[in-house]
Amino acid sequence: MFPLTVENKHVAQLLLSTGTCPRCIFRFCGVDFHAPYKLPYKELLNELQKFLETEKDELISEVPNPPPKKIRLQELEDGIDGMDNLSQNGEGKILIIEDGSIASKNSNLNVCNVCLGILQDFCEKEFIKKVCQKVEASGFEFTNLVLSISFPPQLSVREHAAWLLVKQEMGKQSLSLERNDTVQLKEAYKWITHPLFSEELGVPIDGKSLFEVSVVFAHPETVEDCHFLRAICPDCFKPAKNKQSVFTRMAVMKALNKIKEEDFRKQFPCPPNSPKAVCSVVEIECAHGAVFVAGRYNKYSRNLPQTPWIIDGERKLDSSVEELISDHLLTVFKAESFNFSSSGREDVDVRTLGNGRPFAIELVNPHRVHFTSQEIKELQQKINNSSNKIQVRDLQLVTREAIGHMKEGEEEKTKTYSALIWTNKAIQRKDLGFLDDIKDLKIDQKTPLRVLHRRPLAVRTRIIHSMETHYVDEHHFRLYLKTQAGTYIKEFVHGDFGRTKPNICSLMDVTADILELDVESVDVDWPPALDD
Amino acid sequence: MATEPETPVAASAAEPAVPSLVDRYFTRWYKADVKGKPCEDHCILQHSNRICVITLAGSHPVLQSGKVIKSISYQISTNCSRLQNKVSGKFKRGAQFLTELAPLCKIYCSDGEEYTISSCVRGRLMEVNENILHKPSILQEKPSTEGYIAVVLPKFEESKSITEGLLTQKQYEEVVVKRISATTATS
Repeated sequence: MFPLTVENKHVAQLLLSTGTCPRCIFRFCGVDFHAPYKLPYKELLNELQKFLETEKDELISEVPNPPPKKIRLQELEDGIDGMDNLSQNGEGKILIIEDGSIASKNSNLNVCNVCLGILQDFCEKEFIKKVCQKVEASGFEFTNLVLSISFPPQLSVREHAAWLLVKQEMGKQSLSLERNDTVQLKEAYKWITHPLFSEELGVPIDGKSLFEVSVVFAHPETVEDCHFLRAICPDCFKPAKNKQSVFTRMAVMKALNKIKEEDFRKQFPCPPNSPKAVCSVVEIECAHGAVFVAGRYNKYSRNLPQTPWIIDGERKLDSSVEELISDHLLTVFKAESFNFSSSGREDVDVRTLGNGRPFAIELVNPHRVHFTSQEIKELQQKINNSSNKIQVRDLQLVTREAIGHMKEGEEEKTKTYSALIWTNKAIQRKDLGFLDDIKDLKIDQKTPLRVLHRRPLAVRTRIIHSMETHYVDEHHFRLYLKTQAGTYIKEFVHGDFGRTKPNICSLMDVTADILELDVESVDVDWPPALDD
Repeated sequence: MATEPETPVAASAAEPAVPSLVDRYFTRWYKADVKGKPCEDHCILQHSNRICVITLAGSHPVLQSGKVIKSISYQISTNCSRLQNKVSGKFKRGAQFLTELAPLCKIYCSDGEEYTISSCVRGRLMEVNENILHKPSILQEKPSTEGYIAVVLPKFEESKSITEGLLTQKQYEEVVVKRISATTATS
């Protein structure tokens, strides 16, 4: 059923004669249900003409006043004389022009002066198919998607001009027109295209989807349509650092809200001019939101940094904890890059034993995201088989909250260590006993000299909760300690030039040094432990 | 010369000794006869991360046996005390900037002698050692560790060039040897 009524005739006639397409006409007549927009373009044009014919004698020519223009594609001259080829069955074709951009050739009507072709060929099946082909070729795995469509800012200007025109026409009929009475271009576009995308790709459109398909339209021919706004509302168009043009959609909308009707009409034609060409598609991109993988790692090497150690472009040590774990994930998830974080970290020469240290890896723009827990287990096995320097456990997919858990673990949770200590003076078992009895020892640590070049100079108070000593020989003993997060163990042992007080040297009145350090546990119960 | 048992010995005699804290992280550089004063030798410990710890070399008069330190002062002029040095942030803003000859502290001995310790390297002063203020004997007992004088952070661009005017361990030892033979020759 044709959605327009007698009331809409004047407006529809006015809009059609000034070069506006049927779907935009529906929008300005407040047609707010989806079905009419989804009908094929030719059919809509026919119905519209019939609807308008019933009152007028002469055929409503599809050629608007002013005189007909030839439709020119960006690169091609199609040589179709506007008048001669106005058949009822005119074809709307999608052509790929030399530069690979997609345009439409519609011999029945000029390019719409409001939507610049967006609601003409760019919302029909053929175009959608082309976009979907690109999506499928991109190699992403997805079960839903979110569509992000970007229109050129000058569309808002044209929309505003058309709205003023319609408002004026309706005023003659003593009818008012609010902004909400018209249907927004983007809404109508979504009504039409979402089902088409869903059908073509076989998945639903979901606003919360992590998989985003973005289509960017531009219309170089009318780029300067917006520029007059800057003269009238200069403060809306402040140059932002990263943006190429100061005429963003937001800025243009803001200015249109501010500008007075008279000022607008002085500067911009109402109705808008008919353009020569339709919009072009500058970009069809697919991207998947990051996914997170967490686990715990053990480190068995005393020669492995946590992150790659590169100075002046030269790698100082082979590999790193993060690379040994993440490289496999990057491959399997087909991600672009990763961000590795963990609940604290250990030095190159320190092992991580016990349950290991919690870590979380953000995989950026993954092409594959669905894995069964069995597949994750196999991935864990693969990582563990590929290196004896590190081992991973409890590998699992987690949400973005993971990062918060990491930081909490780093800053708040206790850790336990074991250190092999050398003393210059000969010691007996009894000399160690008093250390076992010390509970919650407060120490003040100035920023260790070894990190002072990259950390602020400060004094940090930390607590050594408890200690346990194991005598080895006259010059060696093992010290097990449980400490507050953020304690520098090496400095607690050797004193760091007396800048950590008290320290083992001062407590025992010896010169002591640390020969070996191991992390025995990181007391965080996250991520959740998995069976086997 | 002060003795300082720096080198940890391994559990059994067969294993090699493990290098000391200073040997593991620092390179020793020396400046002899600082400001022309005979034997007032300084030892600069340069960390692999370019931070420098200013200490007295073993041949410095203050470290000779029999010397007693009365007091140490960081007030190097009426307007400047090294104790007032404050640095903030990762880039250590607000630090007093030192040139090679900038005085760090004055050491007063019971025999009336007064010694000025100089920076020997250009850079920002991070901190001076307050522990030796309270217990000056630490300076003599452990001149290379707990008895350090100051910590200086050279400019990143200058981190390699600051050692150009300084002596290596070997060169320093030669200087000391020459002094001893010069003394024995004249006596």
